[in-house]
Amino acid sequence: MSERHLDIRVPAINRVEGEGALDLVIHGGRIEQLAFRIFEPPRLFEKLLEGREYTEVPDLTARICGICPVAYQMSAATAIEQGYGVTVSAWTERMRRVLYCGEWIQSHALHIHLLALPDFLGYENSFAMAADYRPQLRRGMALQRLGNDLIALFGGRSVHPVGATIGGFFKAPDTQQVSALCERLSAASDEAIDLVRWLASISVPKDKQDFASVALSDGDNYPMFGDRLTSNAGLDIDVAHFEQHVIETQSPHSTALHAHLDGKPYLVGPLARMNLAYQRLPSDIAALLDELGPRFPSDNMFDSLLARGIELLYALHQATDLLGDYVADSQPRITPVPREGRGMAATEAPRGVLYHRYDLGTDGLIKSARLVPPTSQNQARMEQDLANALEAFGLDQDRDSLRHHAETVIRNYDPCISCATHFLRLNIDSR
Amino acid sequence: MAKITLPSRSRVAVHKFSSCDGCQLAFLNAGNDLLTLAERVQFVHFAEAGISAPIDTNVDIAFVEGSISTAEDETRIAVIRAHSRYLVAIGACATSGGVQALRNLGRGHDWLAEVYPNPDQIDSLDAACPVSDYVRVDLELWGCPVSERQLFAAIAALLGHVAPKEHNDALCMACKARGSVCVLVTRDEPCMGPLTRTGCGALCPDFGRACYGCFGPSRNANHLSWGARMREFGVTPESIVRRFHMINSGAQDCLDAGDTWRGFCHNPKIDGPSKS
Repeated sequence: MSERHLDIRVPAINRVEGEGALDLVIHGGRIEQLAFRIFEPPRLFEKLLEGREYTEVPDLTARICGICPVAYQMSAATAIEQGYGVTVSAWTERMRRVLYCGEWIQSHALHIHLLALPDFLGYENSFAMAADYRPQLRRGMALQRLGNDLIALFGGRSVHPVGATIGGFFKAPDTQQVSALCERLSAASDEAIDLVRWLASISVPKDKQDFASVALSDGDNYPMFGDRLTSNAGLDIDVAHFEQHVIETQSPHSTALHAHLDGKPYLVGPLARMNLAYQRLPSDIAALLDELGPRFPSDNMFDSLLARGIELLYALHQATDLLGDYVADSQPRITPVPREGRGMAATEAPRGVLYHRYDLGTDGLIKSARLVPPTSQNQARMEQDLANALEAFGLDQDRDSLRHHAETVIRNYDPCISCATHFLRLNIDSR
Repeated sequence: MAKITLPSRSRVAVHKFSSCDGCQLAFLNAGNDLLTLAERVQFVHFAEAGISAPIDTNVDIAFVEGSISTAEDETRIAVIRAHSRYLVAIGACATSGGVQALRNLGRGHDWLAEVYPNPDQIDSLDAACPVSDYVRVDLELWGCPVSERQLFAAIAALLGHVAPKEHNDALCMACKARGSVCVLVTRDEPCMGPLTRTGCGALCPDFGRACYGCFGPSRNANHLSWGARMREFGVTPESIVRRFHMINSGAQDCLDAGDTWRGFCHNPKIDGPSKS
């Protein structure tokens, strides 16, 4: 083994949401230091929610993340409804699922095409990729647009939409708008199937890892909502017990606290959901998967790319189905009666489980809030993966290859740093 | 803004500070328009899109998202300013400090201590502030989030050598143009439309809900009179304060109006300032 010393510092990782850095020190053929550092300044959301009226929470928490505002609105609404003992209508449940499908479609299309694919196709970025893959990029961006338009149908705009509230929606979209969008969704199905086939044909690195997949369980549905948290290691708990199982601890090689589930790193997100729920996909998508060959369950982290594509297709079909017999509800929301209580809920953000807990008062004000986003849950797993993946890749590789491989591993998790930074109990010294 | 003379293929940078990423998404959500734009201008720094020339690279237009809230931010924005011909602040965080500016209202340091075990190790300034508090800004695009339309209109104007139009009329203008029923007049909703600038497309009233001011204060808004009207609707002074101190609490008009109304909280004898 060589005695060379390699100090790789990536001050700002490209093609991820937000500002993250990588510190990697290799000495004498061993990894001496490895940290995926988050240095975005804290925005202290949990504190600024204190004393706010419960009705403001979906609009405030949406501002945590421009890519997944719907996830924050859905977790906030379901947690507060649980705290106030509100059961929303079946119509609201269905339409929330449609709205969430919009976010899965846009977020996955964005990640696949603009953030991830350049790594696997050998380009610096998607603009460079456009020279050789313009039709594929156009298709991806059209799908991204469709997801955004689906969110806008229920909320006026795709970033910080304004339609969802505690108890339901401010307004039911009108039938004409719904049927116009429904036609576009149906028409895009072939495009999404082509996307999945294309993604399945792209050769990704083999990065076999030993990890627990964690996702919500949503009855017979592929998980989006759900009140039980499950894993392929036998976990099956009520979401209300989330904080007893997920503990944030300080890691010796990093200044960030990492979430561990019963003491171990774990994975949330598209690959975890596929690993746990691929058998709950509708039969047409299951048939497509069979045709592509057995890929799931998968312990290759880079199958996340294909998992996102399949989830995009699923979301497209799901939204089309749920809007098929659409009737505008004349009472699209229930107004809660505030009471003393605690509400806890989680939903499946595009990047994985997003947990919210609120302590509520009879005055309708938030006493305290706790938010655990997917990226902070994945951070311990990501660093564990990085170490394994780099060793498998070969620590004797040249600096640029090591750096690129490390960045590819990180980007593959689709980390959302704007989300994570506000909650991770970080000790940062970025100077 | 001074006379605009930009080269035919301008060099463009997109920078992120403390924010949710939602304003630079106006680029990333633009789809094929983004690919076309990338042919008309040269992106030299746009980290999320995978382009990252050093921040001291000279550019013609720098778009800046996010508020300034760390010492590192303060240094970085100065470098960016020094190397940019036109600096455009995009979104509420960059123009007013954004939602995180709520920590400026007095308890910011306590909050840090409550969230972090060692708050002194956090690189955090006392306040989250708009870009214009630190450097000269040539153009501000308000909104949480800015829309693709706002952003591309501004770029088109700059590339066409004309000053971008500033949109600071009250939202009511856009709401009337859209033909929406006024929720303030017909349903006594605490709609902030009369105080909020246009740019969003008047979405909230169309959804039957009150505007919550995410595009920031309009010109000539009368915050005190609005608050007095809300008192007549039965809105508490505390709730009026929260409405001013929300997405754009760092904007002077919102800050002042909220502080004024705070003076009427917990005082059953006083209803608020007289309407005039």
